[in-house]
Amino acid sequence: MSYTGAQILMESLKSVGVEHIFGYPGGAVIPVFDVLNKTDFKFILTRHEQAAAHAADGYARITGKPGVVIVTSGPGATNTVTGIATANMDSSPIVVITGQVKTTLIGTDAFQEVDITGIVRPITKHRYLVKNIHDLPRIIKEAFYIASTGRPGPVLIDLPIDISLGTVEKFSIPDKVNLRGYKPNYKGHPLQIKKLAQAIKEAKRPIVYVGGGVKWSGATKELREFLEKTQIPVTSTLMGLGVIDPDYKYYLDMLGMHGTVYANLSINESDLIIAIGVRFDDRVTGKVETFAPNAKIAHIDIDSASISKIIKVDIPVVGDAKQILQELNKIVEPGDYSEWQQFVLKLKEENQLDLPHGDGRLHPQWIIKRTSDLTNGEVAIATDVGQHQMWVAQYYKFKYEKQLLTSGGLGTMGSGLPFAIGAAVAQLKERKPVIVFSGDGSIQMNIQELATIKHENLPVKIFILNNSYLGMVRQWQELFWNRNYSGTFLGTGTKYYPDFVKLAESYDIPAIRVFKEEEVDDAIRKALEYDGPYLIEFVIEKEENVFPMVPAGRGLTEIMRGMA
Amino acid sequence: MKKHIINVLVENQFGVLAQIAGLFSSRGYNISSLIVGETEDPTLSRMTIVVEGNERVIEQVIKQLNKQIDVIKVVNLTHKDHIARELALVKVNATKQTRQEIITLASALKGDIVEVGKDFILIEFTGDEHTVENAIELMKNYGIKEMIKTGKVALSK
Ligand SMILES: Cc1cc2nc3c(=O)[nH]c(=O)nc-3n(C[C@H](O)[C@H](O)[C@H](O)COP(=O)(O)OP(=O)(O)OC[C@H]3O[C@@H](n4cnc5c(N)ncnc54)[C@H](O)[C@@H]3O)c2cc1C
Ligand SMILES: Cc1ncc(C[n+]2csc(CCOP(=O)(O)OP(=O)(O)O)c2C)c(N)n1
Ligand SMILES: [Mg+2]
Repeated sequence: MSYTGAQILMESLKSVGVEHIFGYPGGAVIPVFDVLNKTDFKFILTRHEQAAAHAADGYARITGKPGVVIVTSGPGATNTVTGIATANMDSSPIVVITGQVKTTLIGTDAFQEVDITGIVRPITKHRYLVKNIHDLPRIIKEAFYIASTGRPGPVLIDLPIDISLGTVEKFSIPDKVNLRGYKPNYKGHPLQIKKLAQAIKEAKRPIVYVGGGVKWSGATKELREFLEKTQIPVTSTLMGLGVIDPDYKYYLDMLGMHGTVYANLSINESDLIIAIGVRFDDRVTGKVETFAPNAKIAHIDIDSASISKIIKVDIPVVGDAKQILQELNKIVEPGDYSEWQQFVLKLKEENQLDLPHGDGRLHPQWIIKRTSDLTNGEVAIATDVGQHQMWVAQYYKFKYEKQLLTSGGLGTMGSGLPFAIGAAVAQLKERKPVIVFSGDGSIQMNIQELATIKHENLPVKIFILNNSYLGMVRQWQELFWNRNYSGTFLGTGTKYYPDFVKLAESYDIPAIRVFKEEEVDDAIRKALEYDGPYLIEFVIEKEENVFPMVPAGRGLTEIMRGMA
Repeated sequence: MKKHIINVLVENQFGVLAQIAGLFSSRGYNISSLIVGETEDPTLSRMTIVVEGNERVIEQVIKQLNKQIDVIKVVNLTHKDHIARELALVKVNATKQTRQEIITLASALKGDIVEVGKDFILIEFTGDEHTVENAIELMKNYGIKEMIKTGKVALSK
């Protein structure tokens, strides 16, 4: 008996627990595809390699397990680049396997040759070029280990066709990885944890600032326990939405550029920031020099390079959020925060988000709010990038830690629909619906994926908020560039454009268009009740803006609450 | 801004040099020199990197280096007892009249005469940064045709 590289690849993928694979074929991976449909893997053919990478990323975001992509060499490989960069920025574990020309042809500008490991070097956690068939099982094993441990991230494996075609008499999959340069540290230093507990006890105005790291760590339970114990006010980044119980009394919702007034002002007043699994992104801190001027900063993060990267940290705790919170929960004792708690509650009461509705117009905020209510805040939500993304963050009340799939760090338009594909595939057995909120701009950046969701009959509900604009950019032009709407109008005049309902129909996906507030509930219900893909085009106010807003580069207290 | 000497032990593998050099360029760190070479273990290479920056930047450089899967160990030698060496090959203009003088001076500077040509002398200088710089400076008086200087190689004591 002998095995080909392609067979070894499949066996190795099976051994690390892979069940689903996203991808697109081509010359350099025909040998791989030739064995693929003889395996038990569920293969999802996307209609673009970028979408395959995003779908794998979406799969990873909802399951916490690495998403897998197989594409061909050259253009197949380069098409995944935006997807890889998107995953990398948000620390999402994906493993991308690209075909490559024969090892003997590498470097000769052969047909569909591209130096993909060179191209993705700055946007992957690690990458491999397989040069010897005997290395293949080890490389697969290592790739999945690297992608999913420590701070998760994308790993790329470049697989030359002579390796997948090559044969060996026998092979073995190592059961352990041995990487002398990679030893992620999960346990926090006990002394640092003690210091943190001490600081919490002594603080008068502490605030917890959580993010994507809590989600990747799976530390929601421990975090909620910590909050229950201490009753400290808490705010979340975009990437952390869902980790806090929306009914927690001192939950201040999202902070940052489009965060709530009460979250941003509370951060500003605090004397101790307990940052957990966050990276002090500039969308969050605003002007760094004025961020939390009176606060000591404690930071729990698995990546020591995250700590003190932007802001000097006083109490660093390097390790996994879950393990550290478990230890912290054993010893933590709250101080007296009663004044502070009253202060933040008052801020919260007095600065609730506006919810424009009932004025004969169709406001996007209302659509999200109704979706949140009608789904009881329990459905997986993917978004694209733009105003609609921020409205989702503001008006949907997320309950679960891996419920929101959104491109935060790279802000990749076009990621939403493929994210939803990944999420729907991961939940295929339960046939749980996934809603994707998109914009008229973003949806057209991977619109071909309508074919994928139809073909796979995925319960993906596409809610397009059509404002005829690249709304987020238009908003900046309106507020800061004299309303010079250069390059941002997507419509054709008064009519909605394109006709998304017809477009959906041509993909054989049922669709309706909604103009009025009164039609919103019915439309949402209809979409959710339908078993399979469904599209709603909401024709919304064209020049609605996202508020509150801290203009880029300003301090968190310089908040625009609405149009002057 | 201070120069730091950092030693990095890496897997002796295809692509690692590009990866480390790329890390510096994509993050905008100011690299003065980078040398990579063999070590006592054939599966490992050692790099000596001289990088400029304040404490915050250097801290990030070291953390980012440590993050690379192929990096096994990173040591900032700057605050440690260490020895650092550079090497320069200097081709100096020489005439019948100046030849002896240059040779004498070069020897006094612990230079090795590698080759004597019709109108030049090729000298090799090895030593710490100051020694090599000083030698080059003195050779400039005769006119330097061509020269090359390596970055630092360093080891802790
Ligand atoms: C149009 C637009 C507007 C935006 N506006 C806002 C805004 O108003 N507010 C906002 O918050 N964001 C906003 N964002 C998102 C923003 O750009 C960043 O993506 C986001 O703030 C980063 O979230 P995070 O700090 O939670 O970090 P993430 O990117 O989620 O990083 C996770 C951190 O956790 C660490 N980590 C990973 N695993 C673990 C573990 N097991 N244990 C401990 N730590 C771990 C990682 O090392 C990393 O430091 C916006 C994005 C877009 C596109
Ligand atoms: C691939 C990509 N190109 C450009 C941008 C810049 N950008 C950010 S938001 C946005 C507008 C998005 O428009 P739309 O999808 O219609 O959403 P809206 O803001 O109108 O809700 C643009 C162009 C981006 N984030 N991603
Ligand atoms: Mg739009």
